[in-house]
Amino acid sequence: MILQGKIWLFGDNIDTDAIIAARYLSTTEPGELAAHLMEDIKPDFPGLVQEGDIIVAGNNFGCGSSREHAPLAIKGAGVSCVIARSFARIFYRNSINIGLPILECKEDFSGLKSGEDQLKINLELGKIIHLQSGREYNAAPFPHFMQELISRGGLVEHVKARLASQ
Amino acid sequence: MNNNFGMTMVEKILAAKAGKDKAVPGELVNVEVDLALGNDITAPVAIKEFKRFGLDRVFDSEKIVLVPDHFTPNKDIAAAEQALVLRRFAKEYGIKHYFEVGRMGIEHALLPEQGLVRPGMVIIGADSHTCTYGALGAFATGVGSTDLAAAMAIGEAWFKVPPTIRFEYNGQIPEWVSGKDLILLTIGKIGVEGARYRAMEFAGSAIDSLPMDGRLTMANMAIEAGGKCGYMQPDQITFDYLEGRVDRAYTSVYSDANASYESIHTFDVNNLEPQIAFPPSPDKVFPVSDAKGIELDQVVIGSCTNGRIDDLRAAASVIRGKKVKEGLRLLIIPATQHIYRQAIDEGLMADFIDAEAAVSTPTCGPCLGGHMGILAKGEKALATTNRNFVGRMGHPESEVYLSNPAVAAASAVAGSIVHPEEVLS
Repeated sequence: MILQGKIWLFGDNIDTDAIIAARYLSTTEPGELAAHLMEDIKPDFPGLVQEGDIIVAGNNFGCGSSREHAPLAIKGAGVSCVIARSFARIFYRNSINIGLPILECKEDFSGLKSGEDQLKINLELGKIIHLQSGREYNAAPFPHFMQELISRGGLVEHVKARLASQ
Repeated sequence: MNNNFGMTMVEKILAAKAGKDKAVPGELVNVEVDLALGNDITAPVAIKEFKRFGLDRVFDSEKIVLVPDHFTPNKDIAAAEQALVLRRFAKEYGIKHYFEVGRMGIEHALLPEQGLVRPGMVIIGADSHTCTYGALGAFATGVGSTDLAAAMAIGEAWFKVPPTIRFEYNGQIPEWVSGKDLILLTIGKIGVEGARYRAMEFAGSAIDSLPMDGRLTMANMAIEAGGKCGYMQPDQITFDYLEGRVDRAYTSVYSDANASYESIHTFDVNNLEPQIAFPPSPDKVFPVSDAKGIELDQVVIGSCTNGRIDDLRAAASVIRGKKVKEGLRLLIIPATQHIYRQAIDEGLMADFIDAEAAVSTPTCGPCLGGHMGILAKGEKALATTNRNFVGRMGHPESEVYLSNPAVAAASAVAGSIVHPEEVLS
């Protein structure tokens, strides 16, 4: 899968309360959640983020609570992929389970212009290209089991296949 | 089993539940789930996903626990609708362990209290603080709603076997210092991702003598260091706690003497001061003497971290016969109905009410900025809860400090952060 979009840079330890504050958890609708994405740390973000945009963050993205509303809000906002130096584990598995593309990449994106620069991503190969400079970045490929989960469309489809085979 | 190959408690539990002789860190395993938990925030998403399977039954109606505890008693119409989703699902699918308001408690205080947690179990919960149950020698970890949906359907979950870090606490825990202080000290030392994807094994002479409530507090906050789980190996304190609660046999699992640990951290607790986590991160930890004088608008004593009977006893022993500082709100939230009743029987509630504290029915409420104690712009709170992220308890420009219950009670009397000895002397 090839993804292309404008980037938004975030720092380290972006917690799930920052991604979607608990006061908005009385809905499970991705669209409603998206209206408050990152609101407490970047109040104008819901109005700025556009379909296909890419979130680029530092270490431990998605730490804190287990709320699946966090990746749902990101997906609901049309974000096509989250790239981070590392992910908190529950956020990581939630993203895979709901089919939100994520990539772990240790390279330094800090020089890029947030809200302006564009990246092109080849998910299968873990290749990331900065369109303005042509520079290439490499992300860690997914383990085989997770690639299978993703290619099936997430955990629900995986379980459906399991149930059908019984 | 090969004697040359030592395993940790978590590796053994995961191996056993995956039907294997051994499990090594990094390996992906599919394991049987003994208990799967959801609450009024996470279960509605799980139920929505579960319905996509088109099943008319869950894998085992006795192995699913549903607790409406976050936005309950229903804080508004939307919360009421979400709680209704749980209630209807529980009825439709015959879920045995559904706990209605009036019988419920904060999930991670409730499940151990109700005897639903036993050593050697694999427990997943769509709540990050599910790691609490490691204090009873179970492998317990937080997952998301879709994981819960899958487990409700097939009774299995996939895991990467985590490497284990061992934390040894040696010495005698000083007065007014508790499990909360040991775990804050630990998170302060290793950072919020210091145990990311790792199991945290808590051991040492200070743990050997730490009561169960303090152990539950420690395991509860493993997630604040990024941990997959945190655990103590079962001992007499565990067995005494389980006595009369669990209705079936269990097998305790122990780390081998030659188990491999990714690293080992040791702490001398003999001179440890109570610890405070400063906003906006649970790893910004300093001794209470460095926080002295920080003025407060609200103090919250409760949550899945510190709302148990030992916590209320510690708070009451400080506040008894004193008054909450004028202009400050003190909220006391016993974590379960049973703890609430016990606190009444022991006279602790009289101590709190006489001190002019507000006492609430069990709820997660203010801990996550849901309801029952939201902060206004610029307000500062000290809480016995587990997170102090930006906006965690209300307005994005409010601030939360974290402490143990005795420090919280003392600070409510003083109006600013103090060591309990300062209000008792």
